[in-house]
Amino acid sequence: MNTDADHLHEDHKTGIMRWITTTNHKDIGTLYLFLSLTMFFVGGAMALIIRAELFQPGLQLVNPDFFNQMTTMHALIMIFGALMPALVGLANWQIPLMIGAPDMALPRLNNWSFWILPFALGMLGSTLFFEGGAPAAGWTLYPPLVLQGGDALPYAIFSIHLLGLSSILGAINIIATILNMRAPGMTLMKMPMFVWTWLITAFLLIAVMPVLAGAVTMLLTDRFFGTSFFTASGGGDPVMFQHIFWFFGHPEVYILILPAFGVISTIIPTFSRKKLFGYDSMVYATASIALLSFIVWAHHMFTVGMPLAGEIFFMMTTMLIAVPTGVKVFNWIATMWKGSMTFETPMLFSLAFIVLFTIGGFSGLMMAITPVDFQYHDTYFIVAHFHYVLVPGSVFAVIAAVYFWLPKWTGKMYDETLGKTHFWLTTIFVNITFFPQHFVGLAGMPRRIPDYAVQFTDFNAISTIGSFGFGIAQILFLYILYKTLKQDVTADNKVWEGAEGLEWTLPSPPPYHSFEEPPKVE
Amino acid sequence: MRNFIVFLLSTIPTLALGDWEVNLPRGVTPTSVLAYDLHMLIFYITVIIGIGVFGVMFYSIIHHRKSKGVVPANFHENTKIEIVWTVIPFLILVGMAIPATQALILMEDTSEAEVTLKVTGYQWMWKYEYLEDNVSFLSRIDSESNKARKLNSGVDVSNVKNYLLEVDNPIVLPVNAKIRLLLTAGDVIHAWWVPELGGKKDAVPGFVNEMWFNINKPGIYRGQCAELCGKDHAFMPIVVKAVSKAEYEKWVMNQQNNNKIANKK
Ligand SMILES: [Cu+2]
Repeated sequence: MNTDADHLHEDHKTGIMRWITTTNHKDIGTLYLFLSLTMFFVGGAMALIIRAELFQPGLQLVNPDFFNQMTTMHALIMIFGALMPALVGLANWQIPLMIGAPDMALPRLNNWSFWILPFALGMLGSTLFFEGGAPAAGWTLYPPLVLQGGDALPYAIFSIHLLGLSSILGAINIIATILNMRAPGMTLMKMPMFVWTWLITAFLLIAVMPVLAGAVTMLLTDRFFGTSFFTASGGGDPVMFQHIFWFFGHPEVYILILPAFGVISTIIPTFSRKKLFGYDSMVYATASIALLSFIVWAHHMFTVGMPLAGEIFFMMTTMLIAVPTGVKVFNWIATMWKGSMTFETPMLFSLAFIVLFTIGGFSGLMMAITPVDFQYHDTYFIVAHFHYVLVPGSVFAVIAAVYFWLPKWTGKMYDETLGKTHFWLTTIFVNITFFPQHFVGLAGMPRRIPDYAVQFTDFNAISTIGSFGFGIAQILFLYILYKTLKQDVTADNKVWEGAEGLEWTLPSPPPYHSFEEPPKVE
Repeated sequence: MRNFIVFLLSTIPTLALGDWEVNLPRGVTPTSVLAYDLHMLIFYITVIIGIGVFGVMFYSIIHHRKSKGVVPANFHENTKIEIVWTVIPFLILVGMAIPATQALILMEDTSEAEVTLKVTGYQWMWKYEYLEDNVSFLSRIDSESNKARKLNSGVDVSNVKNYLLEVDNPIVLPVNAKIRLLLTAGDVIHAWWVPELGGKKDAVPGFVNEMWFNINKPGIYRGQCAELCGKDHAFMPIVVKAVSKAEYEKWVMNQQNNNKIANKK
């Protein structure tokens, strides 16, 4: 046993090779999180280009084609480069710690699933420097428009294949780890909620990433090999792409939010000093949201010309999602009820998550109503909605998770005052950015336009000011991370008074191989 | 920095021009009014739910805090209340679904139209064909907007009348008549949308989609393409002039004569 451990430590390389060859779940989690942070700023810079152009009517900064490249790349980079890697990074760090395992089940695969990403994202990003530029048909890549694109298209498609491959490998690893490596006594219904949400998310990933790969491969053959899957003049159907894309796209939305739910379900009980209310119903609600996500896809395309029966079906299934989502929100609030709350930075981000995600949920319910969605569809109202669920939703959950577990990961406590400042700046500016977008959308401003009629000026100007404030506030986040990392190890094993779970039984930072001896869970 | 302040100050006149509109237009067709009423209904329901949910949450945040010396309670489940907050939202949803389905059925009924207008989207203009009357024309963004919208055109767009929402050839339609639109496209997908006439519909190459409206008030109604269709997606506006039936018939006659003259040439 001892010799085994010694042997492993001999293999433990230093310098850059440590990171390239690592099979350690913590190292890989860190790599994921750093990649995500970098991409968050890259995608954010693109968002600021978009917002700067929209500050005033008229074109001042970029031409329309480059604007379209920015909206397309901003979405792809934020979804596949920032949010998904952040959530997988959290999974890598936390799942073994939370289930009492020494590492992930498939460590070499883990290395691969990470190291595919920088190359895939690099390839995607390189298209910006091509003649003709990056893909500009929106992240949804609708044909026939996307087929008019230049050389960027095959690169973007190959990059999506690689990103999908990375996600599938990551998902396989997560499922294998959760199903096989739990500490004795930890039955499925005793797992922490974060582990549950990731288990369900991993199944969603395996189910839908191949669908996306299939859809973009058909685009590729339509463009280069003479097929006409989506070309009407060749007997194909451009609308079929949308159906296939959203069969992936809707579960993808939940891939981005379910692990966030898991984070919130961990943080709220900790700072309420009270057990999570309705654990069982939380698990069932997560599973029902995941199942429903497969039968609601066409609500993204109500205006495409569907039969009446189809519209009614997708309207009703979409409305149904409000039930399990409501259960989650009610459970969080019941957890706080009669708790003994304190408001450290992770808790503040989690509380803001509940309020602002619910606002995004309300606008989501509004757009489930098909006859009204005919008005909302493809306007800034939609842009406001999905940014509310993704930014103060998923992104806030990731930030909350980082503040929550950073002292555990590093043994170093962040500066609470700065953390709270970061919270307030971020929350105020996120609302200044996205709330006015509801108004311009309802008033008739379509999305994905670089220039607009003058009656939309005021709220666009406000939104732009908010977005720059939001961007600057994230530089403070960088500084907080830097300041935390450069100090000495001081954090306790159990950083938070109300914390529960196996990760808090380990030292901070935890040993290289988390649990060499499996802990007992009664 | 000084340049930036000057830039910010220079935007103030433009800011004054906006009209701070925050809501859907009620519109001038039965379908747009229906959509508006449903929109407001669901909005008020969500506001009431929001006040309830956030009210309880903030009550808890204010009163159940450690700094007030609260000792945490022990409960962590209650089957009765969990069933209640699953069933009640479900019933509210059923209550929403009924009027929504009725509205949808009405909106999809394109039968018995008096005027049929075929709309074809192209990059980046619309073609309109009045099928009964044999009138057709192209409709593009007007030249003044088109000049002003170029990158660094030097034109102050706030001086351009109906900037980006003006066309060379507007659609003319009669009021109080059921208008059926047949939508298709010649290249990529577009979407035809005039907010005050109700919802939008995609114009898909190779397919013909249908929608209808019945305008109850004469006037000029503006909209634009709502599906990303390439670099000039923002620059294919739609203008509908709704006039009395008599005026409409006169306009059709004129168009037919113009077409004949044009054909003779
Ligand atoms: Cu168009």
